[in-house]
Amino acid sequence: MYKIVSAEFIAPNVKKFIIEAPKIARKRQAGQFVIIRVNDNGERIPLTISDANINEGTITIIVQGIGKTTKELNDLESGEYIHDLVGPLGKPSHIEKFGTAISIGGGVGTAIAYPTAVALKQAGNYTISIIGGRSKDFVILEDEMNKVCDEVFVTTDDGSYGYPGFVTTKLQELIDAKRKIDLVLAIGPIPMMKAVAEVTRKYKIKTVVSLNPIMVDGTGMCGGCRATVDNKTVFVCVDGPEFDAHKVDFETLERRNRTYREDERLALETHTCKSETAVLKTANEL
Amino acid sequence: MAKLSNKEKMKIPRQAMPEQDSAVRRNNFEEVNLGFTEELAKMEALRCIQCPKPTCVSGCPVGVKIGDFISLVAEGEYLKAAEKIKEDNMLPAICGRVCPQEEQCEVKCIVGKKNEPVAIGRLERFVADFERQHVGIREPKLKSKTGKRVAIVGSGPAGLSCAGDLVQMGHDVTVFEALHELGGVLIYGIPEFRLPKEIVKAEVESLRKLGVDFQPNTVIGMSDTVDELLSDGYDAVFIAVGAGLPYFLNIKGENYNGVYSANEFLTRVNLMKAYKFPDYDTPVFHVKDKNIAVFGGGNTAMDAVRTSKRLGAKNAYIIYRRSDVEMPARKEEIHHAKEEGIEFIYLSNPLEFLGTADGWLNGVKLQKMELGEPDASGRRKPIPIPGSEYILDIDMAVVAIGNGSNPIIQKTTPDLTYTKWGNIIVDENTMKTSKEGVFAGGDIVTGGATVILAMGAGRKAAAAINEFLNCSN
Ligand SMILES: Cc1cc2nc3c(=O)[nH]c(=O)nc-3n(C[C@H](O)[C@H](O)[C@H](O)COP(=O)(O)OP(=O)(O)OC[C@H]3O[C@@H](n4cnc5c(N)ncnc54)[C@H](O)[C@@H]3O)c2cc1C
Ligand code: FES
Repeated sequence: MYKIVSAEFIAPNVKKFIIEAPKIARKRQAGQFVIIRVNDNGERIPLTISDANINEGTITIIVQGIGKTTKELNDLESGEYIHDLVGPLGKPSHIEKFGTAISIGGGVGTAIAYPTAVALKQAGNYTISIIGGRSKDFVILEDEMNKVCDEVFVTTDDGSYGYPGFVTTKLQELIDAKRKIDLVLAIGPIPMMKAVAEVTRKYKIKTVVSLNPIMVDGTGMCGGCRATVDNKTVFVCVDGPEFDAHKVDFETLERRNRTYREDERLALETHTCKSETAVLKTANEL
Repeated sequence: MAKLSNKEKMKIPRQAMPEQDSAVRRNNFEEVNLGFTEELAKMEALRCIQCPKPTCVSGCPVGVKIGDFISLVAEGEYLKAAEKIKEDNMLPAICGRVCPQEEQCEVKCIVGKKNEPVAIGRLERFVADFERQHVGIREPKLKSKTGKRVAIVGSGPAGLSCAGDLVQMGHDVTVFEALHELGGVLIYGIPEFRLPKEIVKAEVESLRKLGVDFQPNTVIGMSDTVDELLSDGYDAVFIAVGAGLPYFLNIKGENYNGVYSANEFLTRVNLMKAYKFPDYDTPVFHVKDKNIAVFGGGNTAMDAVRTSKRLGAKNAYIIYRRSDVEMPARKEEIHHAKEEGIEFIYLSNPLEFLGTADGWLNGVKLQKMELGEPDASGRRKPIPIPGSEYILDIDMAVVAIGNGSNPIIQKTTPDLTYTKWGNIIVDENTMKTSKEGVFAGGDIVTGGATVILAMGAGRKAAAAINEFLNCSN
């Protein structure tokens, strides 16, 4: 059992947890993830380690309540426990001094991009961050990014905050302004990562994405997380999660992620949330 | 009962084990074999002619004193029989269920030369179950504490048996396991209908009572490395991480939705209990009324195909590139599978998976094969018949063609010696690796093998570790 030290919503449906896990805190590197199981009947889901505090022996994860498991997780409060937590898993981000690095986070993807942005900055890169959100409320970690990055741009789809438009609009602007860009890291919904890859491909800018397939064990034992990269099959949990964006077959990833869509819907319907109305609302949204 | 002559003994037929009717069991996950009653066990035990030079023992990878325990069964001394088995085999309730006795002890049975062999496995199972049900697993005496600490990586049969021996020798033992449950393949791979999880859990609990410290949710290499275990105060490490990297067929279409490795399919159903979805959260492909193909001919393939039948498959096929003679699965499993309505397609090799426009599997292109000369494995090599391609409509596929070795330990412990397949190289008698204080055994050394071999390796390692610890103070 792993104790939740603090839990707070930082955006609608998006909760930040600080969890006691001293060993993982000591070991984890940017880009790695944990697998959690909320309770004894629960499924195993991967979540990126967003931050860690070695002195306090804690790790931070940021969770968007979409399916049954993430919603159950988001029902938990500080002082409560998570049943199982294993990590760190996956290969750490490849960090070196590239020159100028742009990390792009879409939605909760920003929580995943954040630790790598920190590591890129520490490695001496000029670090730019583009944070995208549906609207103002969905922009997360702006203050944190401001503390570590040399420049931060916020974009919102509906124009309610920062630059109106998509993260790719801003990226294209930076490219058009002839800014020197040596690395782009893009993390977020698949369509967003795909769009970023398409923008940078033309200019041959090295671009890395972090993939989010369905996982079970997270140790290379099941092959459920396989994706197609450079026309070869990879196991994302041990070979990744980060890959060259220009070689990833996003269509296959998107399709495989839909495998259990009906089940996920069913599971969500049976989920008795603390607030019934919240359930109804999200079930309608799906 | 009056003493029987060998002639009379030879007249007793091999006692059949009661089992669930195939029409019933194909719809449930309960155990297929129901086990001997006391009467059946005694009758079967009487069939053993107590050879002065028994050959059965030489067929047992761990040398269980078969004649001795069987004569105790014949006398009704079941608990003593259990003790006798446990001198050599730590996990009789498990091995009595899953060992390939027909190619180990029973194939060597002298009675079997003329009649059917004595049902050694069924007797082993009976004795172990009797003990567990009547007195619980009895706790052996522990030697006084040595103050030495041993880390065991992996909680499959190799890790569990090594832990059991070492804790009895007085050492402090910690078992690290990557998954949230303990037992390795016994828990995540072999289905409930062949090995009830309650039995594995009872074994783990008895080790816990003896003082073994279990640390689930810990992937050695990703959290602590083997080197860190040694520098953090463990005096020795036993690596028993199993095989655990599924092979795929490497054919077109393998990433369509609906194509699983056997490990994933079985883990979802067994470990994560997807057959109880939505009471349990983990889903699995909706098998009901669908056509399912399992590729491979080993125990894993049989487990996967019989699982799919229990989930309601309309047609469940085993597709194997050689013929029935070469099939590596246990005869009993093949027999049970056929009884449950599994269809066997021999001499067929998959060339390509076919799918719908939105990426769901809907068929497989197969090629017929014929058998040629024996290959390196001694089995006749399948050769494709040109122009024999055909398409089979299927909705789900399970690839069960074996496992390679998981790379996590190799990547993080590069100074051990490995084969080119990533298996750890050890001294066969001591399970010592090339690194001081580090031992390894089970599937990570042999490649996918058997529960009994893994258990035997765990015990050999325990003896060698004990010796190493007593020498190294
Ligand atoms: C479906 C199936 C059916 C089978 N049926 C039979 C049968 O009928 N009869 C038979 O004799 N054999 C059978 N086998 C083979 C048998 O199960 C194996 O040979 C045996 O379990 C190997 O034991 P092990 O202890 O070496 O490894 P495993 O049982 O594989 O256990 C290894 C454990 O180590 C853990 N691990 C891996 N890496 C790490 C790490 N880095 N840190 C911590 N933990 C780690 C794994 O999660 C796993 O729990 C079957 C195998 C399968 C897959
Ligand atoms: S999640 Fe099982 S192999 Fe990656």
